Amino acid sequence: MKNQKRWGLFFFLSPVLLWLFLLIVLPHIDLLAMSFRIENDDGQMVWSLSNYLNFFEEPIYWLTFVRTAIFSILVTFLTFVIALPVAFYITKVVAPKFQGFLLVLLLLPFWVSELVRVYGWMILLRESGVINHFLIKLGLLNQPIEMLYKDATMILGLVYTSMLFMVVPITSVLDSLDNSLIEAAYDLGANMWTILFKIIIPHATPGIVSGSIVVFMLTLGNYLTPNLMGGKNSLWFTEQIYNQFIASFNWNQGSAFGFLLLVLSSIVVWLGLKLTRQNLRKVVQ
Amino acid sequence: MMKRFFVIAFIISAFLAVNISSALAAETLRLITWSGYTPKVLLDKFEKETGIKVMPTNSSNEEMIAKLRATRGAGFDLAQPSQDRISSVQEKYNLYQPIDLSKVKTDQIIPSMLEAVKKNTMVNGKPHAVPFCWGSSGLVINRKFARDAQDYTDILNKKYAGRISYRLKRPTLLALAFAMGDDPFAKYGDINAYRALMEKVGQAMIEGKALVKNYWTNGDALLQSMRTEEVYLAMAWDKGGWKLHAENPEIDFFAPKSGALGWIDTFAIPAKSENVEGAYKWINFILRPENAAVFTNLDTTANCSKGANKFVDPAISGNFERSFPPAAIENIKWYPPVPAKLEEIEGKILDKVKAAK
Amino acid sequence: MLRKPPLFSQDVKQRLAIRFFMQIDLSVQEVTKKFNEFIAVDNVSFEVPDGSFFSILGPSGCGKTTLLRMIAGLTEPTEGKIEIRGKSMLGIPPNKRPVNLIFQQLALFPMMNVEENIAFGLRRRGEGKVDIKKKVEAILERVDLAGFGDKKIDQLSGGQKQRVAIARCLVLEPAVLLLDEPLGALDLKLREQMKVELKMLQAKVGTTFVYITHDQSEALVMSDHVAVMNQGVFEQIDTPQNLYNRPETPFVAQFVGDNNAWSGRIRQCNDMTAEIETAEGPIFHTKVRESLQPGDEVDLFLRPEAMLILPDPSLSELNRFHIIVKDILFDGANSRLLAHPLDADTELLIALPQTRQYDYIQKNDKIEIGWDQQSGICFRRS
Repeated sequence: MKNQKRWGLFFFLSPVLLWLFLLIVLPHIDLLAMSFRIENDDGQMVWSLSNYLNFFEEPIYWLTFVRTAIFSILVTFLTFVIALPVAFYITKVVAPKFQGFLLVLLLLPFWVSELVRVYGWMILLRESGVINHFLIKLGLLNQPIEMLYKDATMILGLVYTSMLFMVVPITSVLDSLDNSLIEAAYDLGANMWTILFKIIIPHATPGIVSGSIVVFMLTLGNYLTPNLMGGKNSLWFTEQIYNQFIASFNWNQGSAFGFLLLVLSSIVVWLGLKLTRQNLRKVVQ
Repeated sequence: MMKRFFVIAFIISAFLAVNISSALAAETLRLITWSGYTPKVLLDKFEKETGIKVMPTNSSNEEMIAKLRATRGAGFDLAQPSQDRISSVQEKYNLYQPIDLSKVKTDQIIPSMLEAVKKNTMVNGKPHAVPFCWGSSGLVINRKFARDAQDYTDILNKKYAGRISYRLKRPTLLALAFAMGDDPFAKYGDINAYRALMEKVGQAMIEGKALVKNYWTNGDALLQSMRTEEVYLAMAWDKGGWKLHAENPEIDFFAPKSGALGWIDTFAIPAKSENVEGAYKWINFILRPENAAVFTNLDTTANCSKGANKFVDPAISGNFERSFPPAAIENIKWYPPVPAKLEEIEGKILDKVKAAK
Repeated sequence: MLRKPPLFSQDVKQRLAIRFFMQIDLSVQEVTKKFNEFIAVDNVSFEVPDGSFFSILGPSGCGKTTLLRMIAGLTEPTEGKIEIRGKSMLGIPPNKRPVNLIFQQLALFPMMNVEENIAFGLRRRGEGKVDIKKKVEAILERVDLAGFGDKKIDQLSGGQKQRVAIARCLVLEPAVLLLDEPLGALDLKLREQMKVELKMLQAKVGTTFVYITHDQSEALVMSDHVAVMNQGVFEQIDTPQNLYNRPETPFVAQFVGDNNAWSGRIRQCNDMTAEIETAEGPIFHTKVRESLQPGDEVDLFLRPEAMLILPDPSLSELNRFHIIVKDILFDGANSRLLAHPLDADTELLIALPQTRQYDYIQKNDKIEIGWDQQSGICFRRS
């Protein structure tokens, strides 16, 4: 009986497992194997670690990774700072009948592709763009300033793209926060900041952490926004992978970078979980 | 309300079904090419003539190679790489099949171009491409603001600080090498000398980085920034400059003093093409003088069809005469085939430039 | 010689006495709260002297929670004044008010342990670490939870949580402690026990308690004074005994304790005694609180224990009538007869003393009932 049940489960699960294996595991194994191979001077493919060593020996590569990681952490933090009040407003302040509407508003930008969203920002921010036009019209500026192609612009774009992925998990944890806890803290003499740090954030931590993981990973793996809005200084690690594959035809180096991105970002997430004393199981729930 | 919704959904799905089934029924030609190379009028005319539906995918040299490499030459029936990017990848990855010149109406093609492409794409004694069109990279300049710009070195000129744009790609490295008085093509054979030269160029680009407004990646975006006068001086393709000239006579394409970089885009048949006959039909069709002229008139890119000139719009041929006095034509630096390994060297230097502060 | 007229009337004197000799901890003056068109609290005034246990009793939705939240500062009154120890609380946020509120669901912070919960308010005041530790330990001992400081909130039983919630507020030594039906979530047994415990705790610490509940037994057992609230207004403020024995409105008569209601008409009335003809048939004599005219419609209330089963025939002053027993509701000391008068089907509850004297009574028996004129509560129907 029990055996039969297990076979039934296996039977229904097998398409999923097959799909996972063929489309996700297999290509990754291929890439992993590729990352350990290099072409020697005779044009022969041989096994080697040098694709990985290259990363650590060449400052451009690891500096780009560090830069990408730091910016991703910054973007994650800023997204959190903006998303928390938004989520709080949606769950606790606004009338319940408008909650769905506000969440849809948040979702709306995601109905167009990322490319369109980024071009939208570019139209707004460019030197001859809408914002400059109005600032000059209003007499606040004498001549247009370039707002694009700066790190700050890139961060703006990335935060904008990530907002939803932070607001939704925080909204769902704040939903379960009993209003009377906030009132009790207020009643016991806490001010706004203490309530925020002692009651709301500790309660929302699982949501914040899961939102942060998603935002961090998405930002780290983003290609379009840093490339288009960041302009000339914004070498993003994904761009380096792209360059290895496409421009330099060095697929082996590219796969090594890909796996380094996977491993290093996992380490950052693991450190984050350790620091906030959360475990993955709790956060994923 | 609900009823209307269903009716609309039904119509749409019926429409899609008809479309898909007709697409499945008709013979198709999957073409990986560059944007602008497949004007709608020509696609329609070709379909009427042969019954073959062309399905173009717009791409670039690097992506074409990457895509064909990933599938080992499958997924497309015909490709349009530049002639200098064929032989080395062909030797290494065997992406294309040799071209059967007996099936190509070679009398439609300008002989010197055909010969050059045959020679440059010769692998194992067989040619792998025929020419389709050609053009050059040079400077697109707004003369109202940049009266004196002459050569590629001006993209590192402080006078135009913040108003300069170019691509962070290999043509820029090569152009600057020429403008610095060197000849990178002559060093293609000597990897170490080439690397040293590229490092020198890269250093100059890093020093001039503060002057660049942005490194453009998308042709239309560049045209937009020149149109709005955010950029005065760019290294770009001739056709972009000519397009802008039609809108604003102050802007034009100029062949730089050290020579425009000339490229030829070709037709090459991927190794696992599923419609080789259709591919030849398209090659012969679009190189027919009157069809080639339609392409040139729309895209402003010069074609390699013999006798197409008489069908070309005088305004378009005027572009060419304006930008290329006889001496400039002589001075065009045609890309020789790229040996393996060079891209890696260039890639690393370009990364360095991009990462530099 | 002329006698000086008294400077103050008796009533004013009494109020002055309260003013001067007993400190008023909480004074609510003509407070009204409107939510759009809905009037939740309608012109309510009362005063709570220092150290007393004051309850507000009312059915759910009567506005008592709104009133409590206004005192705590979580809601602003639309009109009126709230003073605590003589200081107006107008515009003062809850974290600056010398009152603390115990929530219905207790609202203990699950992310902190017992000690951190109790120290929360002290920390906000910026008291020193040593002081905090001392105070927390003292209050834990006081609520019989010594040694529970490290426990997580979800490790506590319902009663322990209750006491932590109280300790968390009491440690701040508020002028007034507000309690919002804090026993509502407990099971019956624990509730009975906590009632007594709370009363004793209040007596021990001497803090003024304002307690709201819909459970009359909680209010009557614990309070010095009870206000009965209905539809946003106070019907009566009085001691528990007076509320029970001398209700001033039909609502209080029905809401506080059980009552049997009769409707009737005055046949004649003199010297605060009236003869009433009830709709159910019997004619009763009862005392009244105001002079009534023959023909006035009245409501008459009779407590179950005011009705005597088979009264001694020698008692001539009693109202007498017959009932038919429908059921015997056995509930220990609180047992009743469920019955109706001979010619009507109005339900009556009659106290059935468990003295074994009435063990013979069976369903469908016809019995004589008598009650004293003094125990009738009569209101003119408005």
